[in-house]
Amino acid sequence: MTEATGGIEMEENSSGKIKKFLYVNRKAPYGTIYALESLEVVLISAAFDQDVSLAFLDDGVYQIMKGQHTKAIDVKNFSPTYRALEGYDIEKLYVDKESMEARGLKEDDFIVPVKVLSTAEMADLMQSQDVVLSF
Amino acid sequence: MLHTVNKSPTERNTLESCLKHLKKGGAVLLMEDGVYGALKGTASTKLVEQALKNYPIYALYPDIEARGMQDRVIDGIKLVDYSGFVDLVVEYPTVQAWL
Repeated sequence: MTEATGGIEMEENSSGKIKKFLYVNRKAPYGTIYALESLEVVLISAAFDQDVSLAFLDDGVYQIMKGQHTKAIDVKNFSPTYRALEGYDIEKLYVDKESMEARGLKEDDFIVPVKVLSTAEMADLMQSQDVVLSF
Repeated sequence: MLHTVNKSPTERNTLESCLKHLKKGGAVLLMEDGVYGALKGTASTKLVEQALKNYPIYALYPDIEARGMQDRVIDGIKLVDYSGFVDLVVEYPTVQAWL
């Protein structure tokens, strides 16, 4: 069964443990490639049936703004992809409250349903992971 | 002199530094992630509004639109497209890019 892993031979249940992965997104979209690269890795990880969470902090909260139209800058608008994550059982999306408020944003400005966390709660979330990938 | 800023004010101190160095006859163009400096209700809004009293500030609309910020731009900031960007470069004898 190598189809889902892109031809890479995976030992089934080699560890038997589902790990908790957290993707920490701290960069605005389009100005750098970080946001898009993070999303690509998240989609790849969906093939491995792990326990995936996404956190949006600092300028990373801008990634999930509604109403992005990128035609005029000739760059792919990848914001609708966040809505597709649900279809890959990636439903744990967290936004840092302080980052959101410092930018004058509210929960309904986002393209996807998120859970808003205080800095202390975010720290707990980070602490509770097996793997943290930062973008 | 035309000053261009292309970094987010919450990522770098580029905008703040640029605004401090403005002189009579100067203007600012916010572009790429610099357009986050053009928004209402953020930590840098007051600073930009203050600068607007003395200097024209422009923002590149394609970058505003790409980021979903169409309805959040500070009143008084002039929106330009790419040909407006070129016009500004022609209008001002020198350009300083705050990278």
